[in-house]
Amino acid sequence: MELLVASAIGILTAAGIYLVLRLRSFPVIIGMSLLTYAVNVFLFASGRLTVGAPPILGDAASYTDPLPQALVLTAIVISFGMTAVVVMIALGAYLGADDDHVDDQAPPEADLKAEDAT
Amino acid sequence: MTHWIIAPVVLPALLAPFIVLAARYHIGIQRVFSVAGVLSLIAIAAGLAWQASDGTIILYQLSDWAAPFGIVLVGDRLSTLMILLTAVLALFVILYAIGSGWDKRGWHFHALFQFQLMGIMGAFLTGDVFNLFVFFEVLLIASYGLMIHGGGNLRLRAGVQYVLFNLLGSTLFLFALGAIYAETGTLNMADLAQRVALIDPAESVGIRIASVMLLLVFAIKAAVVPLHFWLPSSYAEAPAPVAALFAIMTKVGAYAIIRVYTMIFTPDLDVTAGLHGLWLLPAALVSLALGMIGVLAARKLDRLVAFAVIGSMGMVMISISLFSQAGIAAALYYIVHSTLAAAALFLICDLVRAGRAHLNLTAAPPVSGAALTAALFFVAAIAMTGLPPLSGFVGKLMILDAAFDTPLAVWTWAIILSASLISVVGFARAGSVLFWKASAETLPEHEGQLPSPRPSVLSYAAVGGLLSLLILHTVFAGPAYRYADATAKQLFDPAPYISKVLGTPGKLSTPKEGH
Repeated sequence: MELLVASAIGILTAAGIYLVLRLRSFPVIIGMSLLTYAVNVFLFASGRLTVGAPPILGDAASYTDPLPQALVLTAIVISFGMTAVVVMIALGAYLGADDDHVDDQAPPEADLKAEDAT
Repeated sequence: MTHWIIAPVVLPALLAPFIVLAARYHIGIQRVFSVAGVLSLIAIAAGLAWQASDGTIILYQLSDWAAPFGIVLVGDRLSTLMILLTAVLALFVILYAIGSGWDKRGWHFHALFQFQLMGIMGAFLTGDVFNLFVFFEVLLIASYGLMIHGGGNLRLRAGVQYVLFNLLGSTLFLFALGAIYAETGTLNMADLAQRVALIDPAESVGIRIASVMLLLVFAIKAAVVPLHFWLPSSYAEAPAPVAALFAIMTKVGAYAIIRVYTMIFTPDLDVTAGLHGLWLLPAALVSLALGMIGVLAARKLDRLVAFAVIGSMGMVMISISLFSQAGIAAALYYIVHSTLAAAALFLICDLVRAGRAHLNLTAAPPVSGAALTAALFFVAAIAMTGLPPLSGFVGKLMILDAAFDTPLAVWTWAIILSASLISVVGFARAGSVLFWKASAETLPEHEGQLPSPRPSVLSYAAVGGLLSLLILHTVFAGPAYRYADATAKQLFDPAPYISKVLGTPGKLSTPKEGH
């Protein structure tokens, strides 16, 4: 199971980083989502992997750590909200500029004055 | 247990929804509440700073859960100094936003501003690293809204870069926290300090990776080269008052580095020996050099100021990366100076724009009333470049003095002094092109577009207020340095902090201490 979880995190992270480096809005946002999935699984695994154990200290012989689950919930909510924000901003930037590159394209000299007038 | 310490977080958190829900269409009411909120934040922060100034550690256990089970807020000299600085900065920024009408150019400026303050205050006060992450996110998500306030294509594009870069940073932060939790089983800073010290150096791979990842995250926030790429365009494109408020955001990164790397991953710790000490100072030196070269190379005034921010963060990081009491003390003095100076310069950018309609460093027709703006720019530039007599010079002397007997002293001195020279040339060039070199061409015809109005008195007052704080910071450099030195001393003796956080009884604490 450790191997499975570890390779899942690794593949998600690798795919995420590859997509982020594509530098166009859509792949970058998908890549960011993959990265947040990877980090969520990673956080979940940071409390050690256990199967079928309750997340509370009780009479049971084995239990699983409840704290990473709380951390993951927080992280999921935050990353969900952040993704929504970045989708909206990226959409605005795309519709405004008709270009979905996220890196700076050097503006031609002539444009410098025009853009400043705004 | 006093409840005042949570007020800097709760007050803006309540004020912001109130402004959105109740005062949505009434800019006047929004302004009144926003300013009143910031004024009471200053009062509360001053009270807390006064309480912590004798070395008291103020502890607040949320819901009375004992650390490390519950989340704690901790106010020591460093935290209270930073929240006081934030609150004071926020006052002048909000006054400028009102005076210049920036808060009317889009929706929800004041609400986002309050949320931003909530995040910054929380990040300074929390005693838990995961909670630090949460407050980072609060301040970031508010800053995303503020950054694109007013709209416009360029601003939106810069906003996309800014958001994506910070999202990557947050993901890295979570990876670091997961690794720390997997290695130590705790996320409370005081508890971490104890447990990290117990880790066997032979089995320290995980914690070493976590320590470096955490430093990378904070270095992104502090815009240390080569992680600074998000800063120039986002600070330059953000609305002026927002950029001025962002001057404190890079300091949040510096604060987190000071906090975590003097308490948890201390410089003399075997487990992480030779990790950050090795390359943080060179990276800081490169930041300073690159920032000041950027000042010289910038073609627009707002970019110039953004690069000056990178340079001054380099200066702060040089001083921090000495990891000595004198170094941290000098860094704290310089942090206060650089926050106020950078904020003033961003606001002055906006004053310049009001007369010229753009910020290109090219000769333009003369503008009436530019003399006052020029005078303000002159004072702020002197402060930022570190010329006597203002606080930049004093701070730079302190940093040079702190770096005097370190191994890299020659490099540090050489780079700091030559970077200062370069920045003086850069600012002098910008100032003379903007204010002296009026071109003969006549004003271009405005077709249907009114010339932008003169900045209001309140705008000038806000900038003047920031500059007079800088002058005060210079006049009272002695007491300010003594306070910074006492703060640094407290940071290098974390035992009272740890025992206060872990020893105070609450729910779930061990029976002999609890009730």
